[in-house]
Amino acid sequence: MNNNKYWQSFGEVNDPENHKKLNQDEFHEELPFEAFDGKGLIDAKSPRRDFLKYLGFSTAAATIAASCKVPVRKAIPYANKPENLVPGVAKYYATTYVQDGDVVPVLAKVRDGRPIKIEGNELSAYTNGGTSARAQASVLDLYDLYRTKFPIHHTKDGVNNEIPSFDDADKLVADAMKAAGGSVVLLTSTIVSPSTKEIIAKFPGLKHVQYDAVSYGGMLLANKESFGNSGIPSYNFGAAKVIVSLGADFLGTWLSPVEFAAGYAKGRKIDEKNPVMSKHYQFEGHLSMTGSNADERFTHRPSEVGNVALALAAAVGVTGASANVGDLQKAIDKVAADLKGAGGAALVVCGSNNKNIQLVVNAINNAIGAYGTTIDWSRPVNYRQGVDGDMAQLIADMEAGTVGTLMIYGANPAYTWYDADKFKAALKKVKVTVSFNEKMDETTELCEYIIPSHHYLESWGDAEPKAGITSFIQPTIYPLFKTRPFQTSLLKWSLPAGQASGNDTDYETYFKAYWTGKLGGEVAFNTALQNGIVEVPAAGGASYNSSGVATAASAVAGYKKGTGTEVMLYQKVSIGTGSQAGNPWLQELPDPVSKATWDNYAVISIKKAEELGIKLDTDYEYYPQKPTIEVTVGNKKITIPALVFPGMQADTIAIAVGYGRNEAIGVTAAGVGVNVYGLAAFNGFSVDNYAVGASVTNLKKSYKIAQTQKHNSYENRKEVVRETTLASFKKYPDVIPAFSEELKDAFYKNSNNDYRQATLYPQHDQPGIKWGMSIDMNSCTGCSACIVACHAENNVPVVGKSEVLRYHDMHWLRIDRYFISDEKNPDALKGVVFQPMMCQHCDNAPCENVCPVAATNHSSEGINQMTYNRCIGTRYCANNCPYKVRRFNWADYTGADSFKDNRDQKLVGKLDSVIEQMNDDLTRMVLNPDVTVRSRGVIEKCSFCFQRLQASKLEAKKENRPLKDGDVKTACQAACATGAIVFGNVHDKESHIYKTREENSKRSFAVLEQLHVLPNVTYMAKIRNTDEEDAHWGGGHEGGGEHKAEGGHEAKADSVLPSATKPEEAHH
Amino acid sequence: MSKCAACHNPLKDGTGPALKDLEQRHKWADHNELLKWINNPAVYMKDDPYTQGLKAKYNNLMMTGFADVTLKDVDDMVAYINDAAKEKPKTAVTEEKPATSSSLIFGIISLILAIIALILMRVNSSLKKLSDEAEGISRPDPVPFYKNKIYIAILALALFILAGYFLSKAAIGLGRQKDYQPEQPIYYSHKVHAGINQVNCLYCHGGAWESKSATIPSVNVCMNCHKGIQTYEKGPKLYTEEGVEVNGTAEIMKLYEYAGFDPKNAAAWDPSKAKPIEWVKIHNLPDHVYFSHAQHTRAGKVQCQSCHGEITAMDEVKQVAELSMGWCVNCHRQTKVDFNYDSTKGNKFYSIYEKFHNDIKNHKMDSVTVKDIGGLECQKCHY
Repeated sequence: MNNNKYWQSFGEVNDPENHKKLNQDEFHEELPFEAFDGKGLIDAKSPRRDFLKYLGFSTAAATIAASCKVPVRKAIPYANKPENLVPGVAKYYATTYVQDGDVVPVLAKVRDGRPIKIEGNELSAYTNGGTSARAQASVLDLYDLYRTKFPIHHTKDGVNNEIPSFDDADKLVADAMKAAGGSVVLLTSTIVSPSTKEIIAKFPGLKHVQYDAVSYGGMLLANKESFGNSGIPSYNFGAAKVIVSLGADFLGTWLSPVEFAAGYAKGRKIDEKNPVMSKHYQFEGHLSMTGSNADERFTHRPSEVGNVALALAAAVGVTGASANVGDLQKAIDKVAADLKGAGGAALVVCGSNNKNIQLVVNAINNAIGAYGTTIDWSRPVNYRQGVDGDMAQLIADMEAGTVGTLMIYGANPAYTWYDADKFKAALKKVKVTVSFNEKMDETTELCEYIIPSHHYLESWGDAEPKAGITSFIQPTIYPLFKTRPFQTSLLKWSLPAGQASGNDTDYETYFKAYWTGKLGGEVAFNTALQNGIVEVPAAGGASYNSSGVATAASAVAGYKKGTGTEVMLYQKVSIGTGSQAGNPWLQELPDPVSKATWDNYAVISIKKAEELGIKLDTDYEYYPQKPTIEVTVGNKKITIPALVFPGMQADTIAIAVGYGRNEAIGVTAAGVGVNVYGLAAFNGFSVDNYAVGASVTNLKKSYKIAQTQKHNSYENRKEVVRETTLASFKKYPDVIPAFSEELKDAFYKNSNNDYRQATLYPQHDQPGIKWGMSIDMNSCTGCSACIVACHAENNVPVVGKSEVLRYHDMHWLRIDRYFISDEKNPDALKGVVFQPMMCQHCDNAPCENVCPVAATNHSSEGINQMTYNRCIGTRYCANNCPYKVRRFNWADYTGADSFKDNRDQKLVGKLDSVIEQMNDDLTRMVLNPDVTVRSRGVIEKCSFCFQRLQASKLEAKKENRPLKDGDVKTACQAACATGAIVFGNVHDKESHIYKTREENSKRSFAVLEQLHVLPNVTYMAKIRNTDEEDAHWGGGHEGGGEHKAEGGHEAKADSVLPSATKPEEAHH
Repeated sequence: MSKCAACHNPLKDGTGPALKDLEQRHKWADHNELLKWINNPAVYMKDDPYTQGLKAKYNNLMMTGFADVTLKDVDDMVAYINDAAKEKPKTAVTEEKPATSSSLIFGIISLILAIIALILMRVNSSLKKLSDEAEGISRPDPVPFYKNKIYIAILALALFILAGYFLSKAAIGLGRQKDYQPEQPIYYSHKVHAGINQVNCLYCHGGAWESKSATIPSVNVCMNCHKGIQTYEKGPKLYTEEGVEVNGTAEIMKLYEYAGFDPKNAAAWDPSKAKPIEWVKIHNLPDHVYFSHAQHTRAGKVQCQSCHGEITAMDEVKQVAELSMGWCVNCHRQTKVDFNYDSTKGNKFYSIYEKFHNDIKNHKMDSVTVKDIGGLECQKCHY
């Protein structure tokens, strides 16, 4: 189709022959068969007679076991059934996912009293009902075994004593506080709750310090100078025609990715008749998820971000700015021209935490007219409020001994502060230390009093993500443990002037009174809780003041240019800052770009790999052993495995924060990865997220990284990903459908153009509904919320690192990542395509006719069904699936087996301890009772969320009406913030799915059309908004007309279609 | 209707009075008056001594109001009561099929024939031996039949097949509990409640209409009626399966124990102190089967009795159906869905089945069964 190379691994590019050979095997380990040592069968370890003995014994044992009395099962109804609760029917409660300032308005699905699934709240306009991977996974945190289960007094000699009651705790702490004297400081992560803020403000003499693990203090300080308002404005990515990101991973982790992705996607949807889309430029050091989505991407050293901002400022006409950026100048000029030409519909965001750089960025945004169009000061956001300088000051105060009592909620500086040792030392000088954190994290275990808070799903509360928009939190389950909201503690401990005892109200009462007062009554309050969202008209505003720019520009110009290697600290979409690191779903979530699970690693460039003597041959790609390197920054050394990425700035090493947690966080996070927060540096007012002057050495050792990257090879079939540039798409709009036709023709021609003879499959009628899905690869950002949603909805097991290493990962939905580059130069990355891949529900499903027991077959609604209880585990279906989406339960991951010992696999050892955690009775409360928990030895795969389809059909029948479009959403679709996934009944001509396919016929295709498996999942090609025309995209199409296309395609069809020339291979 | 039947019976006094000859009492000949009373009893009672008297008579329980009842409902209801009062309650007709004894006869005949065959064979061999002796041929002693390898082989094969047949049948039947009739913590007679007093099934098992689970009523639902009905006097004598007589009033007392209710001091009852009753679950499906009551009772309009048997005649409930997959699937093959053959009939959900509508119009098919809409597919129940 074009000359671009789509590739997933270096082996594929550098050593295609060997790569292909190796990838013919599904698993690349030797099967654990016992070797015959020439002694003959009888003398083998398990000879035939033993086999017969075992067979006989097990049959007899099974018979005896089975003929035992059937157990008596009890059915215990409620003593008093709560009104409006019907056992077996799920209820949805609007609440809000709040984690250290991240706010996502959500609905919690509560089944028989326990929350089991998080959905986006569609009443929240700014998130478009979307969610993030971490919000989806938060329901599992509720059932975390490692939550602190009761208040603890951590004595000086290191013993943890349970405090019997909260009253005792109150007395203990109050007495200690009185005795300690000194100032009382509350250290929290960003607080977005207005009622909590009020409680804090009313606490006499309380000093509140907000501290964010990854700080946006630079922006806050810069905005204070530019606008006199220490806040962050709303960014409207949907209104921007030109988006420039200077190292901000705004689709993955920066500020409010769900909201930004929802907005960003608006500009990325293409109307075929008039294809326009927003243009996204990314300047960055490493390959981030957002950078992967960019139309054009430029790399620079992390320390150069200020310089790039200055150059851009100069180019858009900010006075007083000038910079020398060398080779990047051309790019800067082009970007600046686009920014200026957008007429205000442009936006520049910057990931730097440096006040001066952010001041320059503010100047750029002012110069291009972004304020008022794409940047909205009428609704400043509250996501991050911490300024690192305050934290540094607090530590100084602690060291000086002036802090008598330190209370901590949400913050974990002993782990996240760049100089954690200093914090720990300072903490020792504080007389009374109290932690309200939910878990025994690195900071909490150093505190004397531990009064654990509720999980948000157990709490009352509110969050004001943006000025005037409040999202409410209501409990969805009775608190599982002896925990208490930290606000209650604050209320009880605050001593109003002249009173000897604390306030006796608890937070619940306070919160209700606060909001009934504000909203004007009980009814309004209940409505607010029911909707979850209350929005009042925007009122804010700020005017720009350029006075600080000149100073800032000269300061930025004075920053030392980095030399040598630089280390960039980034966050992964899964783990973020590490506060949810104990979550098995998130640990096992493959990173969108590296496809690695369960670890952090140093991402290095191809050039750096060469320098370090790392050969990018098939061995590197094929085996999980990755070279280990030592990174030295100043006097800090870390040892970490390295992964090589294309499209990196040559001297930049990127390492994710959030790893290397302590044991008390749980078996999931303990010992996974390395903590690199310590590599950051304080620049006088904020912590920079990069380090300069690093040195790196190859340790010539190796470490296994569990990547899911090459697990699902397409055996070199390239008809999987279709993408092009906007220019080519405009000029040759028919190429994609024509290529589809050509692939289909290749198949039909081999069967004498007889459609019926071309298949051995029966004709499946769909008399009523036919389910179909369409996935827009142009909207998919790779954020992976869908994968976690699928985990939660379908009881998909976690398998642990050791099993992922053996390619036994169980994700029903994976996101394939393809790099696009010139064939000759893999480092010249043109783009990255994310392709969500799940069961394609083929009409002619190759899996179905190889199953010896008919455990997988076709439904009258076009679904490829999988019947677990019928499956005997031959795995023929998985072998015959061209998309490699079927998953086999190699071991007892779910505890569904009758025998516990099945989790010890003898030959290859025990499963990881995370499996035991997932199988604890507490953790199992998260299981969806509407989906079978699969046992060992059966195949499973995407079912299109069949349980949801059944439920929605029943609902329609109950209401005596036809199924409406939008009645049913699959879990992945509901989780998606960008609306990339559309699902519905394709027989319904009014449905969204039908219209989507009709209106996007020029971009729609099915994967591997030449196989004639007729998938029910279709994709829409990715379009990169560049002016570059794909050299071969036009091909024989020049001048249009199908006749001309014929000749050109024939030859290409042979070259790209191994299966077209050998149809029997594709089809048997 | 189900709402009324929870407390009223046409012929007998229940929680509320019997409704027979309703129109002859008070002002009830005027259905508008009746409607006012039903819609809001509290308001009506204020200045109506008759209904005040009723309240006093029936344990001071006030009737629940039903604001959604219309005049037409009242007309229909009175008509129904009058009909019911005329008719005698139907007695359940139980048909007993004559036991088919043909298989037994065939069995006996085959057995006789087999014995004859064996005797004849013995006779044959004896005669042969005699004739051999007479002719002076000496043969080695014949192998006795129990050592004859052919016999042994045939026997072994037959045993193997037989054992295999029964073993696999038994294996398939493992965990099935047809006729399971456990003893329950309280002798609760469905016959008395659903049969004699005609309490609607859904009054207690409301989940069957809404949810996949039919749900067992909570103690407070029992107490809705049993706050008033404190003794068992008028009904037939109750017996356990073993024939031991059961004291109905004592069983009600057991309920009071769970509820924490003192009949002598009804006003002091605190429902929140109730303890749940641990009923023994009778109908158990394997974990990998998804069965929805709502789908069957509401969408499919299947009567409870279709699967649960003549529940109104059971004192102690037993599992009537086999609850095997074959049993489910057979019903799905035969049962017709509530298809909307025209705009007045059936469930409008099926309007999307264009193909069937056309086929019915063209007389290619006359009805739509569950099977036709995919009711035999694995994933309809296993997912």
